[in-house]
Amino acid sequence: MGCGTSAAATETHVKRVEKIEGEASRNPSRALTMKAAVLIQQWYRRYMAHLEMRRRYTWNIFQSIEYAGEQDQLQLSSFFSFMMDNFTQLNGNGPDLISQLLEPVLDPWLGKESGFSSMAVPDSYTGPRLSFPLSVCDTNALLHAFKEQQTLHAKYLLQLLYETKKLLRQMPNIVPLSTSYTKDITICETPYVFNGDFVDRGKKSIEVVVLLFAYFLLYPDYMHLNRGNHEDHIMNLRYGFTREVMQKYKTHSREILQLFQDVFSLLPLAAIIDGKILIVHGGISDQTDLDFLCSLDRHKVKSALRLPRQSFETLDLAQNCRQTRLRPDGSRPNSRNQRTPNQSRRRRGPPPHQDSAVSCSSSSSSSSSMSPLCSPRSPSCLSPHPRSPSMHFTLHSLQVPFLDSLSSLPPPTPPQHEREWKQVIDILWSDPKNQDGCFPNLFRGGGCYFGPDVTERLMLQHGLKLLIRSHECKQEGYELCHGGRVITIFSASNYYEEGSNRGAYIKMGKDLVPRFYQYQVGRSTRKLTLTQRVRVVESSALRALKEKLFTHRSELMAAFKEFDHNLKGCVSVSEWAHVLESTLRLDLPWRTLRPHLVRVTAEGAVEYGSCFEDMGSGTQLAQVTPNLAETLFRYRTDIEIIFNIIDKDHSGLISIEEFRQTWRLFSAHLGVDINNAAIDDLARSIDFNKDGSIDFAEFLDAFRVVHKLDKDQQLSRKITNAETF
Amino acid sequence: MAARWQNTDFHKKIKTAFKAFDTKGNNTVDHREIGTIMFSLGCFPSQAEVHDVIAQVEEDDTSAYISLEKFLPVMTKVLLEKKFPPTQEDKLLQAFEVLDKKKKGYLEKEELTKYMMQEGEAFTQKEMDEMLTAFTDQTNNVIHYKDLIDQHIFDSDL
Repeated sequence: MGCGTSAAATETHVKRVEKIEGEASRNPSRALTMKAAVLIQQWYRRYMAHLEMRRRYTWNIFQSIEYAGEQDQLQLSSFFSFMMDNFTQLNGNGPDLISQLLEPVLDPWLGKESGFSSMAVPDSYTGPRLSFPLSVCDTNALLHAFKEQQTLHAKYLLQLLYETKKLLRQMPNIVPLSTSYTKDITICETPYVFNGDFVDRGKKSIEVVVLLFAYFLLYPDYMHLNRGNHEDHIMNLRYGFTREVMQKYKTHSREILQLFQDVFSLLPLAAIIDGKILIVHGGISDQTDLDFLCSLDRHKVKSALRLPRQSFETLDLAQNCRQTRLRPDGSRPNSRNQRTPNQSRRRRGPPPHQDSAVSCSSSSSSSSSMSPLCSPRSPSCLSPHPRSPSMHFTLHSLQVPFLDSLSSLPPPTPPQHEREWKQVIDILWSDPKNQDGCFPNLFRGGGCYFGPDVTERLMLQHGLKLLIRSHECKQEGYELCHGGRVITIFSASNYYEEGSNRGAYIKMGKDLVPRFYQYQVGRSTRKLTLTQRVRVVESSALRALKEKLFTHRSELMAAFKEFDHNLKGCVSVSEWAHVLESTLRLDLPWRTLRPHLVRVTAEGAVEYGSCFEDMGSGTQLAQVTPNLAETLFRYRTDIEIIFNIIDKDHSGLISIEEFRQTWRLFSAHLGVDINNAAIDDLARSIDFNKDGSIDFAEFLDAFRVVHKLDKDQQLSRKITNAETF
Repeated sequence: MAARWQNTDFHKKIKTAFKAFDTKGNNTVDHREIGTIMFSLGCFPSQAEVHDVIAQVEEDDTSAYISLEKFLPVMTKVLLEKKFPPTQEDKLLQAFEVLDKKKKGYLEKEELTKYMMQEGEAFTQKEMDEMLTAFTDQTNNVIHYKDLIDQHIFDSDL
């Protein structure tokens, strides 16, 4: 038996070996096949790794540019204070839109329902005619109308806002929710929690927010809206909501914006589910006190961007670095304000630097340790400008740096509002970070970076289990951190670009365990491979980055030349990266990005001029100073905002004279050496309408940065040029 | 001097690549990312060679995380010595032609799948699915490898 089996076994074994060997001899390429397969697998894996890298740095680009833009908002506040002071003087008018926006005067008309009830709606209006209290018919009508690209009539919008305001007044600051009444709570279904930032993105902010408010009025127990940092009228000025309202509601924009401001400030700050899960838009800080948050008057905090007295300490720091700007006669610009005792005190400090490129961060900076109130460096030097006529000013007004100059600021708010302001800011603006501790969020200019220890402490203090927040875009639509105690949920897919990220929402049942639902909108993304998707997003990010480079061209070229003594047009890769890092202050992998941005010589040196080659300005600039295009493009948002404010009747047109004033005002504070006569010439040469006014949007558009290789834009440029020149 | 500059350049490249995967923000990465990081730096190691590198840099306490401190010198040496050079285009073409036994000029989905999942350093199902989605010609369901190679060559000058 033993012999038999072993013999049989051996036989089987031998047969098997023979079989393999036979195969090998019949198929000598077996080994080769294996080698080939390995080669292909290695190549493919490398390719995927490379793709993953591109995806990550593309993401970095978008985030850096976005956050760099957000840094400006604190500057914006002081800028508008300045505008308020100066603009009225220039025009000789009384309080105008700016002051209305910053310090709203209680218009008795607005408080009364009769104001809009008596508003007439023309028969020609085919949009939804709402009746209050709202019914499902009304919300369906709204949905249908918006899908058909209709605009809700001002009367109904005002009424909607008024009713929303009334209802919101009754809500607490922190809304308690319970899973026991219903089956499920969905953060973003029945009941719903919408976690802020309803506006300022895209051109349909009004429609989005109208629908949210309409459903809120219809189902107040099921629709819960938290305030986000963009539910803030000063943010809206910069990020587009104000513009959208002004464009869609020419006659009533002021009233509408006023009501929006009230409604936004009445939105609750947080929601708590079953006493265990806290939902806020931004985050928390080590000062967050939920009891205090419950009791404060949230309506008083209209905007995150009012500087309380506390921040003024940081102004000293910023101010000392700004001690530069001396005119030839030794006086300071904007010295229209007499020196007050406060100001004199503040001017004591280290002796002024003459080099304006001191440690101030540029507007695109992220990592500077300076106060975010530091302003961007302008490419040119200060030019003397006429003193503004003397005007009334308040004593103890403080000098706040903005855009290379100093703006005056109204007196600080009283201390008791400061604590409230900070509590609200922290909730709306903070971001979680992996390091322990709590640090001011200089990236954004508001709120804090809070670490796992801060989260843990708050959880323990209030018996909480989880913090759900939004505020940051995440590639997968959501992200966990702080050991799973903090969830970031972001619902806008394709936020930066088609295919850039997924959106997500959370569903939660009685078990209070979050379940994530991801999605990505877009007909085309499904058909695209990962490669193609990465390419699309990447090229969009690179375009944005190239524009950023172009708008700093003068500074960059000057810095490159410092390394290029022989003026050969080349520097080393390291020098090139160093210049970009220090000038733009964007935290990006420049060496990895290099192949997409510049050419290298055969010896490996970077031809630094080549990164501007396929970019240009949209129009002929022979007659104006070279850096005009850059300046205009860089500050186009600010210029547009000023324009919208000056354009009191919201017609989209301003007179030549108003345009001149706009320009003088703006260039004075940029400290940019712009030839005023050249501006005049340009304004005249733009195709303006019969009555001597110019379409400012057109004007600005003429100076937009174009990608020369972009055929569509080339074509439109040709058309513009043909029409205007 | 030139060598010093080169070293600094390598250091910066390595740090950049490393940082992209440092999700905790404490200069460590998950050891499973080491391969990807190496690939992104222009290296072309086999799976076995990736494991060798991990063995050199992993912590003694069998933590799953690799520190930048340990990784930097090892990776710098790899870059300096050009240890794992990339495949030449023509070698890649030859490899595909070996698999294309019938010399059709393309591969069927099943053929490619068989080789990728059964031979050499086999793919996972996930890898296979992604490769097929990316490389298969939708019209006739085959893989035109010659075109692929042209489309997917990227510069190793990172």
